[in-house]
Amino acid sequence: MLNTYAVIGLYALIALSFPFIVLLLARLVRPSKPNPLKNSTYECGMETIGDTWVQFRAQYYLFALVFVIFDVEVVFLYPWAVAYGKLGLFALIEMAIFIGMLAVALVYAWRKGILEWQ
Amino acid sequence: MNPLDPRILGDWWNTWLHSTGLAEPWIVFINALVVAVIMLGLGLTSVLFAVWLERKVAARVQDRLGPNRVGPYGLVQTVADALKLLTKEDITPDAAERVSYNLAPGLAVFAVLMLLMVIPFGPGLIAADVNIGVLYLVAMGSIGIMSILMAGWSSNNKYALLGGFRAVAQLLSYEIPMILAMSVPVIFAGTMKMSGLVEAQANWRWFGIVMPAAFILYFLAALAENERTPFDLLEADSEIVAGYHIEYSGMKFAWFFLAFFLNTLILSAVSTTLFLGGWQGPFVDQVPLLGIIYFFIKASIMVFVFMWIRATFPRLRIDQMMAFAWKVLVPLGLVLVLVAAVFVKLPLAPLARDLLLFVTNLVVLAVTLGLLGRHLRREAQRFSARRLATSQS
Amino acid sequence: MVMQVVFLLVSLFTVACAFMVVTHRNLFSSALFLVGTFFGVAALYVLLEAEFLAVAQVLIYVGAIATLIVFAIMLTRGMMSGRTSPRNEQAVWAGLGSIVLGVVFLYLVVYRVNWPVVEKAVPPDTIERLGASLVGHYLIPFELASVLLLAALIGAVLIAREKEF
Repeated sequence: MLNTYAVIGLYALIALSFPFIVLLLARLVRPSKPNPLKNSTYECGMETIGDTWVQFRAQYYLFALVFVIFDVEVVFLYPWAVAYGKLGLFALIEMAIFIGMLAVALVYAWRKGILEWQ
Repeated sequence: MNPLDPRILGDWWNTWLHSTGLAEPWIVFINALVVAVIMLGLGLTSVLFAVWLERKVAARVQDRLGPNRVGPYGLVQTVADALKLLTKEDITPDAAERVSYNLAPGLAVFAVLMLLMVIPFGPGLIAADVNIGVLYLVAMGSIGIMSILMAGWSSNNKYALLGGFRAVAQLLSYEIPMILAMSVPVIFAGTMKMSGLVEAQANWRWFGIVMPAAFILYFLAALAENERTPFDLLEADSEIVAGYHIEYSGMKFAWFFLAFFLNTLILSAVSTTLFLGGWQGPFVDQVPLLGIIYFFIKASIMVFVFMWIRATFPRLRIDQMMAFAWKVLVPLGLVLVLVAAVFVKLPLAPLARDLLLFVTNLVVLAVTLGLLGRHLRREAQRFSARRLATSQS
Repeated sequence: MVMQVVFLLVSLFTVACAFMVVTHRNLFSSALFLVGTFFGVAALYVLLEAEFLAVAQVLIYVGAIATLIVFAIMLTRGMMSGRTSPRNEQAVWAGLGSIVLGVVFLYLVVYRVNWPVVEKAVPPDTIERLGASLVGHYLIPFELASVLLLAALIGAVLIAREKEF
């Protein structure tokens, strides 16, 4: 089994370095004439107004948080799904309870307006 | 072995390698190297074709010709574009964070290239048949998410940052329905191995036929994961001005572009593996070589459908998109997992069970569409009532 | 022999990333090195033939938690531009104390603990066994996990809505 991962590992090293090698090659091929106007930050042709920060919207963070919750749930789901064929009816009921809890979580988030995007 | 089995090449190669007397680790290393180079080449050349296909499909839908000057039928157009991007000047904004800015495009391509390792192109033709095939696909997607955050932040540009946030929010939201939809084939097949999933779909028992709702769910989530229309708010020209790769030019932009199209190809390949029977088809047992042909035909159809949808539909607003993911697709996914689980345990004859499962799927879809339709109708009524009120005041 | 070399390289990578997380001045770079650490740990799981844990590690830690951390860093104004020094006034004493503590722990762990070693090979169907034990032997913790997730969501919603942004 580890041989399979060796293939993945080696491929990862090659695939990771390939884009950067090509970028290095491109550096040899392309022109490089920087001037302050070209190198300035893009803001629809105007000068940038204010620092680069985004207004703190709890929205983004809350979506990521709900995602974490459901991500963990899904990770619990997969071993059960793999073993499910050989398990009894009880496994179904237990997973139904598990999914039911997460459904309650989803409904709660829904009712509290967390899932709205302003 | 059957002479038409592509695995013969692999066996011949392996016996030759062993006969040279090299130590085992070196053999593993050489095999890994060969596989890696083949996969890399396959991925990159197929993207060239995919970009050409996208432009042709969009052109034909819009009643025009598309690229037809460079090479026969314009097939060399993408090569010309790639050469152009290679030789374009790389304008790096002064305020950008060097390290993350340069890492992001490479990481984006890396994340998508890794997915090629677990695609079963034919019977026995997988680069790495890991026990966790399905989850591996999702795990590699998370690297792509990191690269988007890096790109958005390191550009030091308000629009890039905003675009990055929104793109990541979209990708995260649609990852859950995708994972839930992918768990349905796993429930049926009892394994996460990609080769096992294809083998479980023998005798025309394709999971997309037995459980079409899961297939549709996966397809919609894949559309959003690929940031394609109707979910391409972030890269639309009239929207937030090219989103998180706004400050990238030349080859770095080319890598983002390549990652996008390679992702399309891989998502099509994964959907055929999970739901359309992969390389299964008539006479595959006798002539395994046919498996590769079946796989490519099915995957090409999926790719075409992806591009067809892009050329046809308008796009969703971001709040519609998020609402759709969390309020429609996630509940649908949970319901489908339970439905699949219940039906696997039903003491019926296989054919009757599959038929009943198919009907149940249609019922679930009908209910979902009904609820969605009612909600949208209420929204439309509220909107027109508000417009009437403001026009009268 | 090859395994030893690979293990050494992976552990070195993980520890180096972890070190950079703590010492780097730029918060965003620290977060990126944290992602590197997570990948290193996943590779260690693979070396232990616990592939499901490896993929779960990448999926949850890199996919969800690292994203959450980066979001938190980006959305807090002043975090990105401020460069904080990782050292304080008691740096020397703290360093000495932690080295002494580290040596003591290492000695205890290596020489005093009876690490049980399983001689058998890892069975090929670890994921199936995991799934079976989740709804069998470890049912109560499994269901409690769902309650915990529900509680976490409720807590997060409460905190987020306390202050009206």
